[in-house]
Amino acid sequence: MARTLTILQAINEALDQEMARDSSVIVMGEDVVGGSGAEGEMDAWGGPLGVTKGLYGKYGDRMLDTPITESAFIGAAVGAAASGLRPVAELMFSDFVGVCFDQIYNQAAKFRYMFGGRAETPVVVRTMYGAGLRAAAQHSQSPYSIFTHVPGLKCVMPVTPYDAKGLLIQAIRDNDPVIFFEHKGLYETEGEVPEQSYSIPFGEANVVREGNDVSIISLGLMVHRSLEAAETLAGEGIQCEVVDLRTTSPLDEDTVLESAENTGRVVVVDEAPPRCSIATDISALIAQHAFDALEAPISLVTAPHTPVPFAGVLEDQYMPDATRIAAAVRSVAGYAP
Amino acid sequence: MSGSDMRALVMPKWGLTMTQGVVVKWLVDEGADVEQGAELLDVETEKILSAVESPANGVLRRRAVAEGSTIPVGGLLGVIADADVADEAIDGFAATFEAEFTPETEAVAGEGPSPQHVDVNGHSLRYLKLGEGGEPAVLVHGFGGDLNNWLFNHEALSAVRAVYALDLPGHGESSKNVGDGTVGLLAQVVAGFMDALELPSAHLAGHSLGGAIAAELADKAPDRVRSLSLIASVGLGREFRPGFLDGFATARRRRQIKPVLDALFADPALVTRRLVNEVLQYKRLDGVEEALAGIAGNLVADGEQSVCIRERLATYPGRVLVIWGADDQVVPASHASGLPDGMHVEVIDAVGHMPMMEASARVNQVLAAHFEGRLTA
Repeated sequence: MARTLTILQAINEALDQEMARDSSVIVMGEDVVGGSGAEGEMDAWGGPLGVTKGLYGKYGDRMLDTPITESAFIGAAVGAAASGLRPVAELMFSDFVGVCFDQIYNQAAKFRYMFGGRAETPVVVRTMYGAGLRAAAQHSQSPYSIFTHVPGLKCVMPVTPYDAKGLLIQAIRDNDPVIFFEHKGLYETEGEVPEQSYSIPFGEANVVREGNDVSIISLGLMVHRSLEAAETLAGEGIQCEVVDLRTTSPLDEDTVLESAENTGRVVVVDEAPPRCSIATDISALIAQHAFDALEAPISLVTAPHTPVPFAGVLEDQYMPDATRIAAAVRSVAGYAP
Repeated sequence: MSGSDMRALVMPKWGLTMTQGVVVKWLVDEGADVEQGAELLDVETEKILSAVESPANGVLRRRAVAEGSTIPVGGLLGVIADADVADEAIDGFAATFEAEFTPETEAVAGEGPSPQHVDVNGHSLRYLKLGEGGEPAVLVHGFGGDLNNWLFNHEALSAVRAVYALDLPGHGESSKNVGDGTVGLLAQVVAGFMDALELPSAHLAGHSLGGAIAAELADKAPDRVRSLSLIASVGLGREFRPGFLDGFATARRRRQIKPVLDALFADPALVTRRLVNEVLQYKRLDGVEEALAGIAGNLVADGEQSVCIRERLATYPGRVLVIWGADDQVVPASHASGLPDGMHVEVIDAVGHMPMMEASARVNQVLAAHFEGRLTA
């Protein structure tokens, strides 16, 4: 039976159901249980935004509050995963990865390979990303391309409650390290979610709108803005196909190429800065494998190559919005050599 | 259609949640002669793409809506009348219809009957009941299906009787344990379902695997089955599309499930992205793959069907209707031939394994007549 949940509730339900199903699943991070110096459920914050609220009462010491020491607890989670548990660690802001990158990049991502397939590291790092919340340059970035670059890591960024639950369950059951990106601006997004447990395989992009004129390849919050632009453009007679990548590693190359080959006109929308990004990666993929189908140059709609501004008016300019996406689509749709 | 009669062609209601549909494509020109049941236009809803059929014989005098427009359920799509009815009369009819039409609001649409759950032998079964009174009927879907397979039939059949559609164990929103997964066990569950809903007997219509289940019940408890309707049924021959059951049971991705679903329909355009997504959403639920594998193992072995109901049908004293799509690629229509005497056999051209969806008007007509004993062998 499906009900309407927010992404925040869907993530909570996925954690709850997997912790109930598998006693090796543990949760650790800053304030995932309590906060403000009080003990446990008496003052259960459930993470800075309440994503893990209510789980302490059910799972007790499988919910671990940690000090503000990412280097320690991400390392502990990786070690616990390598030795039999399935930890879900909460790295509050993905911007903080700098202090625990060795644990992720040079340890967790390498174990399976370096031990000849005899070691597994089933750790999930849940982490917030994205701009728009006036949280300034150190709490607003979208660094998913840094993780996508690393062989051995899987990168997931759900944009609907249905996907959030199914992809997180898959992440927890997966035997490799998974970085699970949660956009701060999407937690309250609502949608239908089945009560039962289910898992969505990685590497399966979602065509969220069908159209034959222009492909918009997108991820994260940008999928919603792309849909908004597509709606406007439909009124002008331009039918967009909007592809939500869902996971950047593994990447569903087939769906991207199929769409590009169908329309011959492609706009890639990415909230992150433009260099060495998912946008450039997708663009290279299409240029390499679907060149003959292209009717126009590939257009990239991204943030500029700057830190995320703190001033609200600048931050709004920084993030790609439906207006900019629509303008790019019009230009690609009208391109003639 | 005679004299000055005019008939409104309206947006149909396919399923409980449908409130509107998008006109995808007109299939017939204005001024063309049309027969009752002919496909006039394609309509897409949130769930499905299908054709709207003509409600009468006559001429399509007006297309009232353009391709691409969104029309509420019950809204005017066109006007059917004889060729000699004056244009003014047609315009007046359309104008009056539009003036008097009030679309069903979302709130009202949500107030209708909704699916319920009932516990039967340790299985929680979802079912939907439409209609009241009369001799009840029970609709049993096939392998991998659910009660929504009867989207185009359920309401039409329930005009004069209570009609129940259920999700078999392992399917839809029923619980996913299927026990030994045999047709015998599933037939016991259907019997238990009828007990729980206090149905001493019912007309039983089954599709594919559901046909074998209905026939099994008719064999074991003939007094509970007022009539039997077998649609593209399992159990009437040996052939079965190789790889279909395993392909369906194990597919987790769009690229894997799409070719499997394409085989179900004569017109693969009906396998929309939405349909594929709905099947994938079901397939991703915990326990579904195991449930389907458990059932599949009892249906086909070494490439041949291992369930046989053909001989046992001969001893069933009630009326039997067999419906098949001539272009069925899953279970061939040849299985509809050489059946025991006294059965009514209906083979429908240009239709695949899902005749109740691809030729719903014809199937509804034949099923309703069969329930009422109006068909002859």
